Amino acid sequence: MAVTTALPGELEAPALAPMSYWRTVAWRLGRDPATLAAGGALVAIALAALLAPWLAPYDPDAGSIRARLAAVGSAGHLLGTDEQGRDMLSRLLWGGRMTLVAGLTPVLVAFLLGTALGVLAGYVGGLTSTLVMRTMDIFYAFPSVLLAIAISGALGPGLANTLISLSIVFVPRVVRVAESATVQVKSLEYIAAARASGAGVAAIVRHHLLANVLGPILVFSSTQVSLSIILAAGLSFLGLGVTPPAAEWGLMLNTLRQSIYVNAIVPALPGVAIFVTSMAFNLLSDGLRDAMEIRG
Amino acid sequence: MSAGPLLQARGLRKHFPLRGGVLQRARAWVRAVDGVSFDVRPTETVGIVGESGCGKSTLARLVLRLIEPDAGTVTFDGEDVLGAPPPRLKRLRRDMQLVFQDPYASLNPRLTIEDAVAFGLLVHGTPRAVARERARALLGRVGLDPRLYGRRYAHELSGGQRQRVNIARALVLDPRLLVLDEPVSALDKSVQAQVLNLLADLKAERALTYVFISHDLDVIEHVSDRVLVMYLGEVVETGTADELARAPKHPYTQALFASAPTMDPDRRMERPPLAGDPPNPIDPPSGCRFRTRCAFAMPRCAEAPPAPRPLGVGHEVACYLYDAEPAAFIRARTS
Repeated sequence: MAVTTALPGELEAPALAPMSYWRTVAWRLGRDPATLAAGGALVAIALAALLAPWLAPYDPDAGSIRARLAAVGSAGHLLGTDEQGRDMLSRLLWGGRMTLVAGLTPVLVAFLLGTALGVLAGYVGGLTSTLVMRTMDIFYAFPSVLLAIAISGALGPGLANTLISLSIVFVPRVVRVAESATVQVKSLEYIAAARASGAGVAAIVRHHLLANVLGPILVFSSTQVSLSIILAAGLSFLGLGVTPPAAEWGLMLNTLRQSIYVNAIVPALPGVAIFVTSMAFNLLSDGLRDAMEIRG
Repeated sequence: MSAGPLLQARGLRKHFPLRGGVLQRARAWVRAVDGVSFDVRPTETVGIVGESGCGKSTLARLVLRLIEPDAGTVTFDGEDVLGAPPPRLKRLRRDMQLVFQDPYASLNPRLTIEDAVAFGLLVHGTPRAVARERARALLGRVGLDPRLYGRRYAHELSGGQRQRVNIARALVLDPRLLVLDEPVSALDKSVQAQVLNLLADLKAERALTYVFISHDLDVIEHVSDRVLVMYLGEVVETGTADELARAPKHPYTQALFASAPTMDPDRRMERPPLAGDPPNPIDPPSGCRFRTRCAFAMPRCAEAPPAPRPLGVGHEVACYLYDAEPAAFIRARTS
């Protein structure tokens, strides 16, 4: 610990090229193996689902009575066949499309709508806030599974209705997070400084508020994707979501459930797919949360 | 125009509701600022001093109309600030800027500091390139080399550096009045001195007028021409900084100066400093608000609040002690 006359901290620090916020986030993500692995798994799953028409060896809906419940690894059917003799690999690939659409769309809708409503309620406050937040509380009062089942039950089965009912489940959650983040940021002095310089509401929200609340909202939304996938699969499992014969992981789990005594491995495959996908989303959102944190 | 005050506040009042219950009705009112009036003349520094929670910061925000007052008027260079419609208010805002206390919460963590400084100009329609150039020049003026710091984020700077950025941001619109809300309270002593010197230089260069809010008597005495002493939302004494330091009149002002540590053994406390905390501003004492902690409280203090009465040129005090036999009292105090 020799005494140095120069001030290394002050001289060296500014010489480093300052990194923009998003570059810092990307740099941190690149050094986080769990998040990278989860991201890689998700890219693979998404690609497989996207390329299902070309990757699937069979028509996912065409079955054969004679080839029912073939074991994993049997000739011609890498992952076996289901209770109607349909190729499991093809159905898992096609089912991934449905499951991802049903899982991601409600969260995307909730992210956009929830951010808009939450920022509105948080920034304007007063009666507007009371109106928005108490309405959200009504939806929030029901357990999410029950609410999804109730709305889907009322609207009837089908992919579109599943998306609507799941969006209704997730919007209030995002609104809450967006509102509390907005209220917190709104009270900070840099917002007051922006007002003092004469900026209008639009400029303040655009330049000062959104940039500081979108991070937490995005991270929260990403944690909801896995839940959304599970709920979408659950609705299909109950016969309220995607209608047969279309392939969807939850629905596949439902129709294969009686076959579990004949062949235990094949009925477990859609469950494994759901588990891996939602787990990957959870890991990714954890990593995002760490990487997007602003360290002072 | 030049002879009159630059800023004139009259009877400013702000009571914050404490809401509760299902209907969010006001249950009680926090009397943050209650009937405060003062003038600020061009190029002078008016200090506002008082304990935490006495309404200093609320007063700053009322003057700049960041909070709408319940009553009172604010006039800036002859123009009514509180009644100004949005376009005029936006123009008025260029002339009156605020520097905040907390150097951490007062800078947007997602903007580079040159963008944070340039923002005010962009709001007023300056082209981006020009605004950024002016921001960089100003950063240089407050002692932050724009080549080294311009593209940095607030969290990469120290508290003193951030406060320099805040000062640059406040100055970028070329204001005439700067309201400084505890600008150095969060800084180390050595950094405080640097920032105070910077503020003094900038004031001289740009003929600025300051309203300087602080709870630190030394700082207030050092920077101010005139001082307002606040207690529980009210002004109890007004006078020049020298006069207040030499001969404080209001018992509260006396207690404040007595409680300030001194290097002179002969001046060390003859009397204990103030005991206890200020009363709750939700339910302040009747009459004079200071009477519950005042060594000279009389029955009449509880009846009605004392009106400010002049004691000399520019020296006013709101205390009944100076009604009856001021001479006798002053003799008693000074002996």
